[in-house]
Amino acid sequence: MTHAVQLIGLHKSFGDLEVLKGIDLTVEQGQVVCVIGPSGSGKSTLLRCVNLLEQPTAGQVFVHGAELTDIDVDIDAARRRLGMVFQQFNLFGHLSVLDNVTIAQRRVLKRPKREAAEIAMRNLEKVGVAEKAKQYPAQLSGGQQQRVAIARALSMDPAVMLFDEPTSALDPELVGDVLGVMRQLANEGMTMLVVTHEMQFAREVGDAVLFMDEGLVVEQGPPAQVISAPQHERTREFLHRVLNPTHLDEEAAAPQ
Amino acid sequence: MTTDTTVAEAGPTPRARLSPRKRKKISLGIQYALFVVVIAALVLAADWQSIQHVFFNVNEAKKAFPEILTIGMRNTVIYTVSGYVLGFFLGLVVALMRLSDVLPYRIIALFYIEIFRGLPAIVVFVIFGFGVPIAFDDFELPYDPYGTVALALGLVSAAYLAETFRAGIQAVPKGQIEAARSLGMSQTRSTVTVVIPQAIRIVVPPLTNELILLFKDSSLVFAIGFTLGSYELYKFGESLSTQTANSTPLILAGAFYLCLTVPLGYLVRKLEARQKRGRV
Ligand SMILES: Nc1ncnc2c1ncn2[C@@H]1O[C@H](COP(=O)(O)OP(=O)(O)O)[C@@H](O)[C@H]1O
Ligand SMILES: [Mg+2]
Repeated sequence: MTHAVQLIGLHKSFGDLEVLKGIDLTVEQGQVVCVIGPSGSGKSTLLRCVNLLEQPTAGQVFVHGAELTDIDVDIDAARRRLGMVFQQFNLFGHLSVLDNVTIAQRRVLKRPKREAAEIAMRNLEKVGVAEKAKQYPAQLSGGQQQRVAIARALSMDPAVMLFDEPTSALDPELVGDVLGVMRQLANEGMTMLVVTHEMQFAREVGDAVLFMDEGLVVEQGPPAQVISAPQHERTREFLHRVLNPTHLDEEAAAPQ
Repeated sequence: MTTDTTVAEAGPTPRARLSPRKRKKISLGIQYALFVVVIAALVLAADWQSIQHVFFNVNEAKKAFPEILTIGMRNTVIYTVSGYVLGFFLGLVVALMRLSDVLPYRIIALFYIEIFRGLPAIVVFVIFGFGVPIAFDDFELPYDPYGTVALALGLVSAAYLAETFRAGIQAVPKGQIEAARSLGMSQTRSTVTVVIPQAIRIVVPPLTNELILLFKDSSLVFAIGFTLGSYELYKFGESLSTQTANSTPLILAGAFYLCLTVPLGYLVRKLEARQKRGRV
């Protein structure tokens, strides 16, 4: 059986700055893999290399056995199999919620208008914002916008969903709605690669957790191991900071 | 509260003779007085009878109607709108070339913008009116003179509009393109479906401003050389003024320009205000 996603020796540099220093990663069909790590460690870049929003400097990306890094691949066609959800939602501001979810179906998949609208409404219902279909993104809360963004990606029938800190830009009370939708997707068997700081979500929903630091995978394994019993000092340090954010001040003051 | 301040002011710091507020009031009073004196002097010095006779002559004004509207105004609107439509699409193409990955496109666009933005519009019109017929024998654009004027105005306005569109395209957040690409849209498809519609919305106020400028620039097309039927507002007023040795028709033409441009200016302010609110 082929892997849903396979990265082999992935490198990415921006000029002199080497952001990814050789990443190997596999995600199996139906798995949820969570990526954690400090800010600037290259998590977003990794995700963006998977659907080639960034061109990797070296290494290979396979999705269901097809190589995306092959220079002759039709990248627009390949990307359709990968849904992506961004930290800043990135809904199309000039289009209504319904049009946001139908536009790519119609222009890319050439679905008839009626069919695209039906699929859109089904997905909007699934994420709980069907009643907002006629409104514009600016009229929605962040949590609602992010759920529309998820519906938009789902409507393209992706084989894999990529999430880049989908709840980091949300007010705390709206985080739960979005995580709930993602949890539901995972239960339905969607293959997901999720960059997140929500440790509870990673622990409960993730099949595997991967800790990244400075462009390398430091530690990976089942959540019970990586989050609850980390082997590496850097992972422990990071988790300590994330799980006890208020202790930081005490520690900073303590050493004297 | 009042007792507090008086106590404070009466305290150790010596009180200034005039507070800044009072000084400002006095200074403003002097400015107003000067303004009134200057206006009064001008009003008294002017020869009101001559002014009325030469510039606001009701009899001369009556002679300008209805042709000043049926010929002058009509042609001004046709020239400007056709030139603007052409300039709009040409400008959009030039802006996209300017931002293209293809170096030759960028160079062509840059040359185009620099030349047509740098040349006085009247030079372009003269070249069009006299140069082109000589250079291309028997060459005639359709619907002359409307075709020639639309092309001349279109070429000039496209250079300005291209720079406006470029600013708009660059103001569309990068995340919008990334979202479009992640949904499988090609580069071209994302540009057409996502970037251009948002870019145009962003630059609607400056686009309207450029329409105002073009209404005024259209007065320069007289340089192309016309017959009476194709006179626009300025040329119509100017020729009638020369014939009758009275400036009233020209004043009238000016008033009709304002009838076109002032409402547009009002619209621009409305649009800008709306955009400011929308951005919050
Ligand atoms: N387009 C880019 N050009 C230059 N540097 C970049 C670019 N994108 C990301 N970087 C750099 O790469 C590093 C990793 O960024 P990122 O992948 O966003 O980290 P994370 O998502 O883990 O916070 C950062 O130092 C960032 O400044
Ligand atoms: Mg990031």
